[in-house]
Amino acid sequence: MSTTDQTVNNVALLKAKEQSKRRKRNSEFIQRIVIYGLLLAGSIVFILPFLWMISTSLKPSQEVFTFPPNLIPSRIVWQNYIDGWTILPFGTFLKNSLIVTTANVLGNLISCSLVAFGFARLRARGREFLFILVLATLMIPREVTIVPTFVLFSRVGLVNSLWPLILPAWFGYPFFIFLLRQFFMSIPRDLDEAARIDGASIWQVFTQIILPLSRPALATVAIFAFIGNWNNLLDPLIYIRSQELYTLALGLNLFRGQNFTAYNQLMAVSILTLLPVLVVFFVAQKLFVQGVALTGMGGR
Amino acid sequence: MLQQGAEKAQIGRVARARPRFGPQARQEERAFYLFISPWLIGFIIFWAGPIVASLVLSFTDWNLLSEPKWIGFANYSKMATDKFFSIALVNTLYYGIGSVLLGVTVAFLLALLLNQKVYGQAMFRTIFYLPSVVSGIAVALLWLNIFNPDFGLLNQLLRQMGVENPPGWLVSTQWAMPALIMMSVWGAGGSMVIYLAGLQSIPEHLYEAASIDGAGRWTKFWVITVPMMSPVIFFNLITGFIGSLQAFVQILVMTDGGPANATLVYGLYLYRNAFRLFQMGYASALSWALFVVIILITVIQFALAGRWVYYEGESPGGAQ
Repeated sequence: MSTTDQTVNNVALLKAKEQSKRRKRNSEFIQRIVIYGLLLAGSIVFILPFLWMISTSLKPSQEVFTFPPNLIPSRIVWQNYIDGWTILPFGTFLKNSLIVTTANVLGNLISCSLVAFGFARLRARGREFLFILVLATLMIPREVTIVPTFVLFSRVGLVNSLWPLILPAWFGYPFFIFLLRQFFMSIPRDLDEAARIDGASIWQVFTQIILPLSRPALATVAIFAFIGNWNNLLDPLIYIRSQELYTLALGLNLFRGQNFTAYNQLMAVSILTLLPVLVVFFVAQKLFVQGVALTGMGGR
Repeated sequence: MLQQGAEKAQIGRVARARPRFGPQARQEERAFYLFISPWLIGFIIFWAGPIVASLVLSFTDWNLLSEPKWIGFANYSKMATDKFFSIALVNTLYYGIGSVLLGVTVAFLLALLLNQKVYGQAMFRTIFYLPSVVSGIAVALLWLNIFNPDFGLLNQLLRQMGVENPPGWLVSTQWAMPALIMMSVWGAGGSMVIYLAGLQSIPEHLYEAASIDGAGRWTKFWVITVPMMSPVIFFNLITGFIGSLQAFVQILVMTDGGPANATLVYGLYLYRNAFRLFQMGYASALSWALFVVIILITVIQFALAGRWVYYEGESPGGAQ
């Protein structure tokens, strides 16, 4: 091949390359537009229910059932929040929810970190089998144990108290055990080996090395436990009878049963009960994502 | 998978560093059982005990007040003829399969979109993830409001789009279940985060190698992305289906199984028998049947998984 041929060839090649690059850039541009279009459309669909909730909660009563409904209320009625909150003793319900949730968060943190440390760090016969049992219980839905557990609590006279909502959390929860165990495994063993050689006890390794290093995972557990309990309706529904023991979820259910047409107030109180969850979510979103990445599972 | 490998390596190393027998090992074993004792006790009280107890109770007729009466297999044979039992079974499958398939599809698509290195990824992720966090009764009430046939947001939008007679949703026997499934998809963001994490952990070099071999976008998607994601998707199918069984609490609040039992799902039927009709024996039989079915589903799903799920490092010809 002569030199001129080669140059011609090269020029042609360059041109072709340039063209394909431009084509690629064009198609990439269109692709970007499609991606953002889909993302925006999806976002609107996912956000709209929230906007509707807020809008309804601020509407005057007569506008809740006007036709066609409007997304923007003619005037903003903050009073809905006050009226909704005071129509039932929601202050008491809030107090009960706080008690139950705090006790659950603490119970889960303490029990699950102990158990997870055992599974992650201590060698013993039967450990693998027991861990499979932990994972197996992760798969079993609540309905399977709901009846005998109720019988148990009614036998010991704890029905219609907050105890059935609190006690189980102090005996470990499979998902959190799994999550913490995964995290503990990721901490280099050299750290505790070295401490052991320096004479630290197993308990000291747990409290002075593993726990301080696991703050993010513990925070994730705390958050999942908080949200799971804050939203929990099933257990209060089964175990709580007296209104002074109602949690927020149960109170909301009662409110709805008595006043199902007062959608604006219902939505107002719903938003109030969701507020703590939303705040936690926005403050600690990273921890959620971390927990999910650690276990490959959502929080429920 | 990587973690499991590391775990094996760790156990191997430690086994050498620490004695397997002798007083130190015994001390460690004692410590192990002490540390896991909360779970062990809880497992006996809140899992194993109840599962055995409900097996026993399932052979009795018991309304909580009188003494349980032994009736043999009567509760189980009742199931075979119980009209509501079969309705609940069908509805549960309808809801479970519908919500899981739709949820997985939507979540996976959203994760794929977000994985395209878009601007504002964090913002979009927040938007899609948020609804899955705020479950519970407040959300049930919100959707009751949205699905209201006359004044709800959904039908309002449909009317504006020219649908003259939009469905009655939760008050229609035909549309109540699709409505509940739609609502469940709103919470698909939880598994989206899982998929996104999975997509981001697929090694870039696989795609580069495929590009060099001249693979296009589609080929890369089907040959790399899907196989690499299949264990995650599979795991989500199982946990999603089992999780869908627990959705009965929201259904209880929203429709209480209606209209005309169109949304009577298994958990709701069990709840009704136990805590409204106080037929503890029959409810126990229902929970045991469910327990057996769950085990079967899990086994079958794992058996099927071998055919299409790719686990990294399993086959000798696999990547790495």
